[in-house]
Amino acid sequence: MVQDPTLLKETPSQTAGPFVHIGTHPWTVGVEGVFAAQPGQVVAGPDCPGTRIRIEGRILDGDGQVVRDAVVETWQADPNGIFASPVDPRHERVATGFTGWGRFACSFADGAFAVETVKPGPVPGPRGTTMAPHICLWIVARGINLGLSTRLYFPEDAAANAADPILARIESPQRRDTLIAEPWGEGAYRFEIRLQGEGETVFFAT
Amino acid sequence: MSDNRPVGAGSLRPRDLAWHPPAHAPGYKTSVLRSPRRPLIAHEATLSEVTGPVFGHEAIGPLDNDLLRNFVAATRGDGEPIGPRILVHGRVRDESGRGVPGALVEIWQANAGGRYRHLNDRTVAALDPNFGGCGRTLTDETGAYRFRTVLPGPYPWPNGVNDWRPSHIHFSLFGPAFGQRLITQMYFEGDPHIPLCPILNAIPDARAVRQLVAPLDMDATQPFDARAYRFDIVLRGPRATWFENRPEGL
Ligand SMILES: [Fe+3]
Repeated sequence: MVQDPTLLKETPSQTAGPFVHIGTHPWTVGVEGVFAAQPGQVVAGPDCPGTRIRIEGRILDGDGQVVRDAVVETWQADPNGIFASPVDPRHERVATGFTGWGRFACSFADGAFAVETVKPGPVPGPRGTTMAPHICLWIVARGINLGLSTRLYFPEDAAANAADPILARIESPQRRDTLIAEPWGEGAYRFEIRLQGEGETVFFAT
Repeated sequence: MSDNRPVGAGSLRPRDLAWHPPAHAPGYKTSVLRSPRRPLIAHEATLSEVTGPVFGHEAIGPLDNDLLRNFVAATRGDGEPIGPRILVHGRVRDESGRGVPGALVEIWQANAGGRYRHLNDRTVAALDPNFGGCGRTLTDETGAYRFRTVLPGPYPWPNGVNDWRPSHIHFSLFGPAFGQRLITQMYFEGDPHIPLCPILNAIPDARAVRQLVAPLDMDATQPFDARAYRFDIVLRGPRATWFENRPEGL
């Protein structure tokens, strides 16, 4: 890559390793009480308007084995498509009690993680386009050298998904489908992330 | 689109993937089954990547960046951790060199014997009753941060028949944009395990490896107390172009 020589180089990534939970979820691995507050536990507080949803996920490796030591972060807009970030010029109108950010440790028992949130609204995309409702996911674990970025889209939004400028970057319909969550009962979805091989999930570089 | 190049000017500079370790690094065996084999789909950073969570000072306690004290305080003990006392400090900047204020920096590490306080760590070395191994802080208005801790020990790990990790501290960083999210590891100048490490050696460019090795910083050392190491961190950016190229309608 040709780069402006006056720019600094980004610090290289290294794996989060098997003990990432000490940094992200210390109370789950035997380090209780060090921090008074734990960020990432509430994506949308009880006062947040919108449709409550639950996402049940798990991550599979190239052998189809469940990954039990990963940490997943989610980032999303509120029900009106507004982010709880000062970089969004509309952020003063963000929904009450909404942070948009969550951090989840996969279960050591079965690899499951669950996200309790509200359904995001459509978000302005590049050059006048509109992005369909989506949740960004960032996955780190032992064996992952650079955190993996993907997106979850919703099965009921077929028309909006068809017009989404990011999904449009994926040529194969089968691959695009790896980003659409499965309906999993009332207000619930299932999202299986396959790191490698058959049905490999689409991961993004920005 | 028939190729995977970004379709336009994004507000985050595209990440130089050649500077990072590749997903599939056979010398690091766990990466073999956990590495995507399809190419990443490239797209310009959108509002979803240039925004990110904000952390306030109210979320951070006064001992959170002091690993010499924070676990002892949580357990209501009065001892001191075993091992060489160190300060780890530096600045978080973006690629244009500007300090990143308000960045959340989280660290975790083994104790001086090379043992993590984690239910899955079965290393033979002892736990230290006075050491937890996690800390966090927010960068100040210049992007500076600082921790007090002990020098973590090298530890053996199941990869090759006799692989040892160099002494290292895990770092997690949040800039203002979720697309800047980074987890990395800091190493210590002069550690003979550095050239032997399969995880570090997955990085193709020796200059990038050097970026992760913190030099001893005698100027910041606290005499008769703790030696200092300096670890400066660069996040993606800048994000200023975002404000110049707002999408229509915002
Ligand atoms: Fe480690």
